[in-house]
Amino acid sequence: MSRIVARHGWTLGLLAILVLLFAFTKVIQPNFGPTGLDSLSRATLPFAFATAAMAIVVIAGGIDLSVASMMAVAGVTTAVMMDGAGTGMTLFTVVAVLVIGLGMGAINGALIVVTRVPDIVVTLAMLFVWEGVALLILKAPGGAATPWLREIIVGPFLVPWLPKSFVFLVVCLAVVWIPLRRSRLGLSIYAIGSDELAAYRSGIAIGRTRIIAYALCGLFAAMGGLTLTMSTGNGEPIPGPYLMASVAAVVLGGVVLGGGKGALLGPIIAVFILRLVRMDLTLMSVDPNVTTIVEGTIMVVVVMIGGVLAMRGRRQ
Amino acid sequence: MTDQPAPLKRVLRFMGDNPIIPLIILLIMLIGVLEYMRPGIVNERWMGNTIKFAIPLAMLAACQTLTMLTGGIDLSAAVAATISAFVMATQVPIMGVPLAICIGLIPAILIGLVNGFGVAFCRVHPLIMTLGTGLIGTGCLQVYQRFVIATGSVVPDGLAWLGTGRTWGLPNSLLLFVPFAVVVIWAQRRTGFGRLLYALGSNQTASRISGVRSWQVLLALYALSGLIAGVTGLLYVGLIKAPSLSLVNPLLLPSVAAAVIGGTSIFGGRGGYAGTIVGALILTVLGTLLTLMQMPEGARRILFGLIILAVTTIYIRLTDQSR
Amino acid sequence: MTDNQNPPPLLEASGVSKRFGAVVALHDAALRLRPGEIVALMGANGAGKSTFVKILTGALRRDNGHIRIRGADTNFSSPAQARKSGLIPVYQEPSLIPDLDVADNLRLGQTPVEPFLHWVSELGIANLRLDDTINRLPLATLRILDLARALASEPEVLLLDEMTAALPTDLVERVLGTVRAQADKGQAVIYISHRFAEIAQICDSATVLRDGATVGDLPIVPGVEEQVVELMLGAALETNPTRKAGAARAASGGPHVQVRNLAVGTKLRDVSLDLHRGEVLGVVALEGQGQDELFEALAGMIRPTGGKIVIDDAAVSFAHPADAIAWGLTFVPGNRADGLLMQRSVHENIALPLLARPGKWGAIGMASEASRVNDAIARLQIDTRAMGEVQRLSGGNQQKVTIGRWIAAGVDTLLLFDPTRGIDVRTKRQIYLLVRELAAQGASVLYYTSELAEVPAACDRVVVIFNGKVVDVIEAAEADEQTLMRAAYGLTGEALPA
Repeated sequence: MSRIVARHGWTLGLLAILVLLFAFTKVIQPNFGPTGLDSLSRATLPFAFATAAMAIVVIAGGIDLSVASMMAVAGVTTAVMMDGAGTGMTLFTVVAVLVIGLGMGAINGALIVVTRVPDIVVTLAMLFVWEGVALLILKAPGGAATPWLREIIVGPFLVPWLPKSFVFLVVCLAVVWIPLRRSRLGLSIYAIGSDELAAYRSGIAIGRTRIIAYALCGLFAAMGGLTLTMSTGNGEPIPGPYLMASVAAVVLGGVVLGGGKGALLGPIIAVFILRLVRMDLTLMSVDPNVTTIVEGTIMVVVVMIGGVLAMRGRRQ
Repeated sequence: MTDQPAPLKRVLRFMGDNPIIPLIILLIMLIGVLEYMRPGIVNERWMGNTIKFAIPLAMLAACQTLTMLTGGIDLSAAVAATISAFVMATQVPIMGVPLAICIGLIPAILIGLVNGFGVAFCRVHPLIMTLGTGLIGTGCLQVYQRFVIATGSVVPDGLAWLGTGRTWGLPNSLLLFVPFAVVVIWAQRRTGFGRLLYALGSNQTASRISGVRSWQVLLALYALSGLIAGVTGLLYVGLIKAPSLSLVNPLLLPSVAAAVIGGTSIFGGRGGYAGTIVGALILTVLGTLLTLMQMPEGARRILFGLIILAVTTIYIRLTDQSR
Repeated sequence: MTDNQNPPPLLEASGVSKRFGAVVALHDAALRLRPGEIVALMGANGAGKSTFVKILTGALRRDNGHIRIRGADTNFSSPAQARKSGLIPVYQEPSLIPDLDVADNLRLGQTPVEPFLHWVSELGIANLRLDDTINRLPLATLRILDLARALASEPEVLLLDEMTAALPTDLVERVLGTVRAQADKGQAVIYISHRFAEIAQICDSATVLRDGATVGDLPIVPGVEEQVVELMLGAALETNPTRKAGAARAASGGPHVQVRNLAVGTKLRDVSLDLHRGEVLGVVALEGQGQDELFEALAGMIRPTGGKIVIDDAAVSFAHPADAIAWGLTFVPGNRADGLLMQRSVHENIALPLLARPGKWGAIGMASEASRVNDAIARLQIDTRAMGEVQRLSGGNQQKVTIGRWIAAGVDTLLLFDPTRGIDVRTKRQIYLLVRELAAQGASVLYYTSELAEVPAACDRVVVIFNGKVVDVIEAAEADEQTLMRAAYGLTGEALPA
């Protein structure tokens, strides 16, 4: 028991903070109920997918600054293809967008491996490229999502306190993550982030593993873009604030910048914490702009603490 | 090392050493293409306009150049510039012009100091750090706007004269820019601070062994970058004459591209401001060209991204051969 | 122990060569290994041992030569391929993934769990849990896990690189016993170690490398150590200009720098030495005996975990190299890439320390700087044809630049870490002369070298470090290579205070 606590202390701590925040929310807003939870969960969806996307490349020892732009590409593609589409076309669109996501991520990864330019520079350049692609697909917000898709993420699932969107998130992440985590591929992703030389000596193909990690990042980003369009009902070519938010959630979630450590659960809890803080500030009728400042400050401070911790880790 | 380099490699190496010569050739070629597509467009008035719009870009690109010399970047520069411009314009009716200018520059320097703190002490990657402070800065500006919404804003005549005016056909902004450029180019080679930027960007360990305390340099550098961004904002609002909450933001990506095209390595230790100025001119001319070709905004961004990627890949190849 | 003709060799390497640019790391390395045989691979620093190991295990590709396994020619392009052929290495540093637990590491390397656990307990590690994360386990355990992992995949050839370096004595005995027992069952082992005692205990023969070539293959018999040392040194020694040792040591007062019981982590355990003004104190050690930590602690690069440093009777502690420089301790690192701004000019490299303090951030006095830099360039005779970028200079000239930096800034105490590694004879001579000249002018020099032959030419006294401790102090006049080599291998026996 104590071993589990020791190993997952960070995640458990986050969970405790989340519970406290929920309690706090109930105190300041006594009629906070299933509806509030539902909208919180739905608003968190794209952030959660962005965070999952970022987490997987950070675990592999990299970073992907183009996450938000890839989400925009996926979002506008969905909106354009689903505009007036029937069931068949809708299903095809979902598959196509996921494949496009994998493709975008694989391109990012392949460019990093082939050009040998550091990941941070390649993905900065690709941030512009994917943003441009999104703008070419859709100049201004528009398009539409198939209405029944929205039903998947609105309202409660079986019991009033369980939002459908949350179930949707858990299912989407679990389908990819759980088989991956225990597979040799998943271990290889951890291995290249943890110690590239040792990984090479253990016989892991470094380049291929890195490309796959980025491709999975693209896949999650595509899921994020898809759900964004599903919940808003139209496509938005300008990337949302998902880059900073995902980096902050990843660091807060116990995934160390530099790689090898952490998992998906921590960052996902962290993303809910960050969203809930924002909601509470709004409930306390704090100016939404002040909320932005508070949120930004939390993120920067978290990243700074993460930097100090990473520095300590290197020294030891 | 002992092998005789192939002619192509030698040409590449020469270009790597003196990026400014191929850059000027590229600039002239672009102007040629422009003149070919729209004969008569290249005249004194056009040149004045091009220079006028290239100057704020080149100044913002100074922030990128100086930080890149150490292997960093300043993505909060555009926000810092916007804040300076906006705060100054809204303070003029209350405080008068000279005081308003001073007040306007303070937040820009503050953003720089916070960046410097994060980069120097917490070892946060400059890209993440400056992106974050940029977001916070934008939030602060929006809050600030709600407090001053009643006072209105005034762009001082002096700044408008500097931003848009001409004397003998030349833009007045050259009065600010020429001394600025001369000082930056002089400082990067002929002052201890400038040399340390190159030293930190080339090799942190070697600098440490030589007794350089990197935090001192980085803190000063990012504060300076904030100050330059602030001044750029003041100049730019004089040019645009309408302060807004996203005034300078469209210049951010081009400012990074200008520095990269100008031969400053994004990994540090290589390059300089002279190349950046030519890079800014190239981008301004390229912008005109793309507008003439009716290139959509999306395609432009793709082009920017690919340029940055291609140029860094080439520089990596050029420096790799010796390692 | 094994018949010389039969069975046929399991692994046979011959004529293996490898160049890195202009540097020839190997030119004729050979090794022959029969089933059931343990061969020690030996060589002094820089003999090409580690390059040879990398080629054998697939981490590097050879330029020329043959490697045959069971008579079949092989050319591995990755460690994974070498593994498939049954050649499993245990590297000097642990190669388990630090952030994963034991079970995940086994799965990653496709190691069978049952045999692994068998070997772990056989090798003397009790109560290992498969869900222990690697980075929480002590170094000695990791070495054992590495070995157990290798044994569990039933290698045909096991390569052990300094296997016992981080182990306590009881585990060493277990490891040696297990390896010998495995060999007696027919496994072949390549055993790399600096410890003669272990080699004598378990090895059948020793293959000696010198200057990138295999120079001998000796059966292990009592007294073979002397032969091995001779082979490692080579017969034809280049004679260096010798001097009267100790003559230059200044008579004035006590030692300039005193190091007392200095310790850094587990590598540097207990080093004390005195460095006088006008003295060049040599440091001799095999690779990784704590000398890196000694120099870095003195240079302010890392903080010592014990002991003290006294300069002219003042106890000092350094938080940053700038503090060490303020006390006159200036450092020339062993890896030139760590010391140089490779993309910048010779001038900028040499002038760097002059500008380090914020007080010097303003305009540079170009004329006075130029005169200082040019003095240093002239004094060191730096080749000025490729001044624009240090990376285009030859290794020797690069080294002169790292030294010239401190000549320009003014020398008090110079910490030179292997300054002549990989540079030409002429430049080496210039560096000896310069070091002597600096000492004659009153500077103190601490001089680590991996080339024993240069000790009499450059140094007054030598401290020999083994296993993180000073094991011997030798006057330069008596410091011939035999003596130094024996001392460096810990063959003198008792430890002496400096």
